[in-house]
Amino acid sequence: MHQPPVTLTLALQHGLSEEEFERIQKILGRTPNFTELGIFSVMWSEHCSYKNSIAELKKLPRSGGRLLVSAGEENAGLVDIGGGLAVCFKIESHNHPSAVEPYQGAATGVGGIMRDIFTMGARPIAALNSLRFGRLENARNRYLFDGVVRGIADYGNCLGVPTVAGEVYFEDCYDGNPLVNAMTVGIVAQRQTASAIAKGDGNPVFIIGSRTGRDGIHGATFASEELSEDSEAKRPNVQVGDPFAEKLLLEATLEMIQAGILVGIQDMGAAGITCSTTEMSAKGGSGMIIDLDKVPVREEGMSAYEIMLSESQERMLAVVKKGCEAEARAICDKWDLLCAEIGRVIAEPLLKVFYRGEQVAEIPPHECVLGGGAPVYHREYRKPAYIDEAQRFDFSTLPAVENLQTAFLKVFSSPNVVSKHWVYEQYDTQVQANTTLLPGGDAAVVRILTPDGKDTNKAIAAKTDCNGRYVYLNPRRGAQIAVVESARNVVATGAQPLAVTNCLNFGNPYKPEMFYLFREAVAGMGEACRALETPVTGGNVSFYNESPENAVYPTPTIGMVGLVEDLAHLTPAYFRQEGDLIYLVGETKAEIGGSEFLKEYYGLVTGDIPSLDLELEKKTQQALLAAIRRGWIRSAHDVSDGGLAAALAECCIINREKPSGATVKVDFGAMRPEWFLFSESQSRFIVSVSAEHRKGLETFFKSQLLPLTYLGAVGGKRLKINEVLDLPLEKLSEIYFETMGRMMETEA
Amino acid sequence: MKSAVIVFPGSNCDHDMLRALTLMGHRAEFVWHKTGNLSGYDLAALPGGFSYGDYLRAGAIARFSAIMKAVADFAAKGKPVLGVCNGFQVLTEAGLLPGALLRNQNLRFICRPVYLRAENLRTRFTQAIPPGTALKIPIAHGEGRFHIDPQGLKQLQDREQIVFRYANARGETDPGANPNGSLDHIAGIINREGNVLGMMPHPERAMEAILGSEDGRRIFESLVA
Repeated sequence: MHQPPVTLTLALQHGLSEEEFERIQKILGRTPNFTELGIFSVMWSEHCSYKNSIAELKKLPRSGGRLLVSAGEENAGLVDIGGGLAVCFKIESHNHPSAVEPYQGAATGVGGIMRDIFTMGARPIAALNSLRFGRLENARNRYLFDGVVRGIADYGNCLGVPTVAGEVYFEDCYDGNPLVNAMTVGIVAQRQTASAIAKGDGNPVFIIGSRTGRDGIHGATFASEELSEDSEAKRPNVQVGDPFAEKLLLEATLEMIQAGILVGIQDMGAAGITCSTTEMSAKGGSGMIIDLDKVPVREEGMSAYEIMLSESQERMLAVVKKGCEAEARAICDKWDLLCAEIGRVIAEPLLKVFYRGEQVAEIPPHECVLGGGAPVYHREYRKPAYIDEAQRFDFSTLPAVENLQTAFLKVFSSPNVVSKHWVYEQYDTQVQANTTLLPGGDAAVVRILTPDGKDTNKAIAAKTDCNGRYVYLNPRRGAQIAVVESARNVVATGAQPLAVTNCLNFGNPYKPEMFYLFREAVAGMGEACRALETPVTGGNVSFYNESPENAVYPTPTIGMVGLVEDLAHLTPAYFRQEGDLIYLVGETKAEIGGSEFLKEYYGLVTGDIPSLDLELEKKTQQALLAAIRRGWIRSAHDVSDGGLAAALAECCIINREKPSGATVKVDFGAMRPEWFLFSESQSRFIVSVSAEHRKGLETFFKSQLLPLTYLGAVGGKRLKINEVLDLPLEKLSEIYFETMGRMMETEA
Repeated sequence: MKSAVIVFPGSNCDHDMLRALTLMGHRAEFVWHKTGNLSGYDLAALPGGFSYGDYLRAGAIARFSAIMKAVADFAAKGKPVLGVCNGFQVLTEAGLLPGALLRNQNLRFICRPVYLRAENLRTRFTQAIPPGTALKIPIAHGEGRFHIDPQGLKQLQDREQIVFRYANARGETDPGANPNGSLDHIAGIINREGNVLGMMPHPERAMEAILGSEDGRRIFESLVA
């Protein structure tokens, strides 16, 4: 078969640098052939090798606590939840594919992260996502948003995994460069986990699932460059998802793992057969002989290069124990899945690939992978000038707000604040019949059953979170806040935060200003994770989130997972009982830098963001959790976007069917009232308690030296705050629940 | 009661249905669609999900599976068959229930709790439902808009085969309470013989207070009564 001659020019076209091309020649002791060049180019792409990020990522707390494997060791993190069970979770981006083909881009993003979970032996029990788009006034953004939501819905719904939580933000900087991060949480018996390893001379290697086609070739490379005018032409680089095939693959994979017939298994995502064969071999310190003639293909005349680099979806690579081949085939037959033995493990640490009677590649797998021969770069960084400028902003120059109620309605109608039910009602949030707190509150909570269906009285709370605006204005503290806010969301439901996964969406790392943001954000994240004792189990880095116009806000999305030790601790965000007392936990400062209020009312994104004391944050969270466990707390809600005013309104109406009014008096002190009401000061919650627990709660917070302020009582059909705000619940509810649908049903 | 939960490739509410039946004291077992045998069972439940990916049309491929012959025979003997969501779609495709389920009026998947008014309390699936109650039970479907020709509708009405209608919390039908545009607010129907019930809402998701509703139990209680 004709292969183009390999030259430096061709290597550069593959996204490799001159230095990297020389390095490949040195590793092989010769010039690579075309197929080998393809293999190295995808394995050393940013997406697979983390070459520009790994040096920073290693500074994160990546082990300890309840972690059963350290970050990066397996396809996803694994955390002990007691009783012989573990949760397995990870978040991943599918930004670039979704920018050019929103439906399939998002769908395959969900498919990929699901496979990362079930390849570990875990059954997915919850899906989450974190989405960013440009503003909805723009028809293109509505098209992207609609397509992404449909893609996530159709894939997850068909697969039968409830999509239970997430976040959506709209900002100009995401115009043309949406962010689509998908997360999956799975549950597994600790003695039934699987590993992505190839070992044992002579063990057969199987490919299982869909046929290999020409779709998605160089998807990993595409993900590792900036979007440009030509990106539309890369639509064929986007894979096409088949959730039904994934469902069969899920069931067959779990059945094979539980039957104990596998040595190791890895899903094929980015870089397909290339990535799975090299990574599994490298992990086992072994090699493989692969015969591409045996790979079931979808079309005639595919080259070795194409088969090796195809990113066709819904495929797994499994190393089966010798002698168990028939059993593996029988399980695949039962699920109507293709499976083919395409090679075997060899002791010699070499990947040898054959096609049509010829050897088409011979590569030491260790040299291809992260932690092995893949390059590691320490990029240059420089603080962008805008940061200091923004932090010098003088808020006293802002004209005072004349009508607080009008200002409130403006903030409360922001698509970043209003209910996202238009989104999540398109997701099956309840399949598996374990969702105990539905989306719409602080975090979603899913009850845990054992893999054989027995009750445990425990539940998992999960939330994704990141305020990109904060990270843009103050990358270090902004990333800290992303961690602590997701933890607050989890704590508010009655859960102890356990661990995080992260999805780091940034611009081009070769620009020193961009790399500064990345470096600072990772540092901040590490500090917050250490303070809260929630290690990072792994995740994903997505650089090059830049379109011809601009870069996105640095968006290090956090996926936080917490454990509810007793279902009796479950706490909703909304007011539940007439006459209950409302308290504010935490202190309100004049902190409106980077706030939703500043953006919506003044059209400004500037200032320094709210301060954060990590020790106080942790103490506050633990105190609330203790109060919840004592049975004092009827509802708890994190105070975030839109400040105290928006949070109070949410507490009144989140339970759409049974809203509860509130009458609240606050002391603005010397602060401008609008600063008090819309301040986004950290470490705050709104809680409601029945009168009988008033004394207990007050005494407890006093003994902890934590601020607790009585605000008023639940009751009536209006939200009243001092003399400045008085609104009927119907009006709040109408804005909160109807705004997004109205914006999306707009034509033209 | 010994109950079969039929599993097609792509069924995804099979475990939920098994748990619901078990909670109600059934001896419930999965029956793989390729086996085609229902002997010894007292109830056949076709669970929700996306059999064969709902490719072509929801339920259109599953109806050709080996088990469907057994389901038809089982139904012909007068034994109870319950189809929920995708199970309902399969039953209409198989001709065991009249009508069809079209894409939701808004052309989107919809998942949320709805209220149902039980219209006929004399069936073996509804006899334990207290009169005048609205059942709170979630829906989760993209193709749930019930449709039938005018003659067929009249027959369903005349023969009291309409078992559940979408309603508001007070049990009144109104256009705002019809989530998917179903003809005559229809959420569930029964065959003329009264032993095959199909419904779009998921009673198996409304079995425990911690999940938001226990109203699904009324349907299963009817079955064992």
